[in-house]
Amino acid sequence: MSGPLLGSDVAAFGEGVSSSLPGPAWLVARRLEASRALAVSALPSETEEQWRYSRIDELDLGSFSPVCDPPAEPALTSGAVESFLAAVGARSGLVRCSGGFVQHVEVAESATSLGVSVTGSAGLAGRPEHLGELLAGRADALTRLADAFSPDVVVCTVPAGTRVEEPIVVVHEVGSERDGAAVFPHTLVVLGPGAVASVVEILVSGDERCLVVPLLEIELGDGARLEHTSVQQLGRGAWHLGYQASRIGRDAIMRSFLAALGGEYARQVTSSALTGDGGTSELLAVYLGDGVQTQDMRTFQEHVAPRTRSELVFKGAVADTARSVYTGLIHMHRGAKRADASQTNRNLVLSEGAHADSVPNLDIEENDVRCSHASAVGPIDSEQLFYLATRGVPPEVAERLVLLGFFDDLLARAPVPGVAAYLRAAVAERLAAGVLAAPGALSSTGRWA
Amino acid sequence: MTAARAHGGASTLTIAGLRAAVGGKEILHGVDLQLRSGEVHAVMGPNGAGKSTLSHVLMGHPGYEVLGGSVTLDGVELLGLATFERAQAGLFLAPQDPVEVPGVPISDVLRAALVAAGRDGEAMPDTLARKMSDEAGEIGLAPAFLVRALNVDASGGEKKRIETLQLAILAPRFAVLDELDSGLDVDALRAVARRVARATAPGASGEPGLGVLAITHYRRLLEELRPDIVHVLVKGKIVASGGPDLADELERTGYAGYTDPEVAVSAIGPDPFGGLFS
Repeated sequence: MSGPLLGSDVAAFGEGVSSSLPGPAWLVARRLEASRALAVSALPSETEEQWRYSRIDELDLGSFSPVCDPPAEPALTSGAVESFLAAVGARSGLVRCSGGFVQHVEVAESATSLGVSVTGSAGLAGRPEHLGELLAGRADALTRLADAFSPDVVVCTVPAGTRVEEPIVVVHEVGSERDGAAVFPHTLVVLGPGAVASVVEILVSGDERCLVVPLLEIELGDGARLEHTSVQQLGRGAWHLGYQASRIGRDAIMRSFLAALGGEYARQVTSSALTGDGGTSELLAVYLGDGVQTQDMRTFQEHVAPRTRSELVFKGAVADTARSVYTGLIHMHRGAKRADASQTNRNLVLSEGAHADSVPNLDIEENDVRCSHASAVGPIDSEQLFYLATRGVPPEVAERLVLLGFFDDLLARAPVPGVAAYLRAAVAERLAAGVLAAPGALSSTGRWA
Repeated sequence: MTAARAHGGASTLTIAGLRAAVGGKEILHGVDLQLRSGEVHAVMGPNGAGKSTLSHVLMGHPGYEVLGGSVTLDGVELLGLATFERAQAGLFLAPQDPVEVPGVPISDVLRAALVAAGRDGEAMPDTLARKMSDEAGEIGLAPAFLVRALNVDASGGEKKRIETLQLAILAPRFAVLDELDSGLDVDALRAVARRVARATAPGASGEPGLGVLAITHYRRLLEELRPDIVHVLVKGKIVASGGPDLADELERTGYAGYTDPEVAVSAIGPDPFGGLFS
């Protein structure tokens, strides 16, 4: 059973607050609709299948309140953002958001001349096509909360047959240093038929307690190709409940890459619907947890059309008393003939107090399909560590090499070379400073002395 | 160790009364063996004699329990050292079946090993890459393996060439080669054996050559890598030692003559370390 209706007890997220947010009429109307639906919604509970193993029952929504004005001061995280932008290198466009407000937009002339549009709501003539459509099937109280309090939306549109050479970068900073700030970034990416683009998003915050509910919607026309990268580097006070939904047209290809590194509790729902014949989606993720972090990954591979293909590889490592959860569903709809899906989830548990759950699920309504899944939870292979030790490599170095090696096949598939290098360095730094430096790390794997 | 290396003195590896168990069962019942720089010793024996246990125990594998005895390198006890410290002291193990290490290229492992041993100069990327390339050429290892993850998607023969390349670059004092000849075709066997044999010769400026303990089932390897001494290991003890002729004899007669316990006792005589650890 779910908890009490939100309208009755969380004043900070009431309709009056939602309607005070700025924006064009269509956005205001959309928020109003969402806030009315929210008022009669209840927060989910861990008794629901989708929220098993989660920490949703700990969420005290009343201790947060939405950011209603654009943060005035430059965010403390700007240094991190600058180093990320430097790593990305050349780009076709940049959007910077703080507190969910779009504060800066730049698009290269080479892109605008092709009809590429990268903008906040202020740059739109009206409500953008597909907004809200893609996540409709995953709607719950939290997506309604985001719809009701998202101050703006970032929309990237690439017209049919257009190839955007360099990535489009979207930066989301929580921005507010107030304890309990709630921020709702929303991004919509629409590629017309045959369009090709790469979008890179980064999400950062300081150390303060905050709630972040980002929505990402992706629509790929027939034959379109998109590479999407999400880098989640929130501070340790952040609660993150992210939703990503994509719809893949005929013969279209999407590669989605997620690096979930930050947050105290970080949940990410990744859903990909293959609705056109021959469409492909690759869903890749790396997640790390140490201290008291929880990384919570939920995935849906929805094969609707025939001859569609999906490949999912999610790999994580947890240390200290961190936890990770992976639950994934491959859903073969009736009519998805000769569809082919694979799902791989591997987890390294680096200390006795850490824990990882991995739960693959299949729902198959069509006979003529191929599905495979592999799931593993365990410590670092002690034979690998012994082998490296026989070369004279000290244990802490060997552990770092093996751990980086564990993630290497995924990091090598990160869409933008500069981002791959950035993530490799970020993961290495975490392994050196956090995961492996932690007391008790690897004690269960037989460090011999 | 470093001082000895710098002075180029010959080294000695001494195994004395070594007893070890796996899963509570004693496998090595007191092994005695002494190996000097530049020497090649072969340890031969039937299945289950403890050959692989010996190699693992020498290197400190955590799955093996040492019950007694000692292993010293130039007087320094190795049994109390961690595996990586034994390697840094100059001992190398080429395992029978080298494990795959996904996502970790050979160069990263060699660099980490050289840096940990204080050999930063050799670990410089250009220096190391050149040396790896030269060695790969000599050993007949395809250059693609130099950038690939260690042992991943390598055949048995390629893995042994990769082991030999690491041995050549790390240049230990003593190498334990555990069934180096398993899974090798004739060409690969010849290539790795020749490289190992070359390592046993003294260096240009008089550094002592590599001492080799070649653990093997077959005489094949020994035809390429001429041993100075052949030891016969049966039921966890060295029951006979002799010159290269012993390998020829074993090829003809097998181990049957050594597996009879009475023959074994008479072959080794009274155990000088007997009772020391009981």
